[in-house]
Amino acid sequence: MVTITRSIEFSASHLYHNPAFSAEENRRVFGKCNNPRGHGHNYTLEVTIAGDPDPVTGMVLDLAELKQILEREITQRMDHRFLNYEVPELKGTIPTCENVSAVIWHLLEPKIRGCKLHRVRLYESPDLFADCVASGTPSRTEACA
Amino acid sequence: MKITLTRRYSFSASHRLYSAQLSDAENQRLYGKCANPYGHGHNYVVEVTLSGPVDPATGMIANLAELDPFVQKRVLDDFDHRYINEEIPAFAKIVPTTENLCIEIFNRLRDFPGAHLQSVRIEETARNSFEYTGPAAETQPAQSAQSQPPPAARTRKG
Repeated sequence: MVTITRSIEFSASHLYHNPAFSAEENRRVFGKCNNPRGHGHNYTLEVTIAGDPDPVTGMVLDLAELKQILEREITQRMDHRFLNYEVPELKGTIPTCENVSAVIWHLLEPKIRGCKLHRVRLYESPDLFADCVASGTPSRTEACA
Repeated sequence: MKITLTRRYSFSASHRLYSAQLSDAENQRLYGKCANPYGHGHNYVVEVTLSGPVDPATGMIANLAELDPFVQKRVLDDFDHRYINEEIPAFAKIVPTTENLCIEIFNRLRDFPGAHLQSVRIEETARNSFEYTGPAAETQPAQSAQSQPPPAARTRKG
């Protein structure tokens, strides 16, 4: 099995607010992420695909095809958008790094054909990221054991 | 599909790789310039990875407002701008390789409430990184019947 990883960037705004919480509770739990007008990030998304290279093309997946999928499913949907209000898949959820990465996983997984979506890593900033990995994927350490 | 959350922290510290169980010549051969007598420093990057259910009320595995001060108090306050060999008691008799640093920092963070500490990964430089996921019995349930010796200091070519 070989993995290939493609990175894209998108810029978007969001805010954290749970309508079931009081104003004070929202402030206490979410801090400045609860500021009512929202705030933005430059997100970096790393998408890793796993499979065996095609004997004819030598490719796990044509990067041009992956690029098109990412453009259509992620960039067009999320770039320069307010995630809470403009991305229907995030309606009713708090657009944390964890939840946005999970939505991205579920958007991409059915679009990848002939190989498997292996990992989605979403950086909200250089110091914070969430990983979604396929169930049953061994961790780096287990894989080396 | 499993979700994890990773937060990166940094601290600057010095260390010296020198084993009291080896002769000076052996230390020099094994650790090279990392055994220079006055030590040397690095800008360490510590990646803390947590796993667990995403709380539907907050959308979070862990609240950074709780994780950041926890890591600050348990790790950064002690390690930043210190000489690890002499100022961190855990390394009084253990060689402060980054392998051993991973184990020490993992043990300092493992009781973070509210989420499972999955791994501690440390970049000693941009080209060297090390990762510890806890005792083997915790990360590989299938082998949990086997007793695992506690992590011990090991040596590494510097």
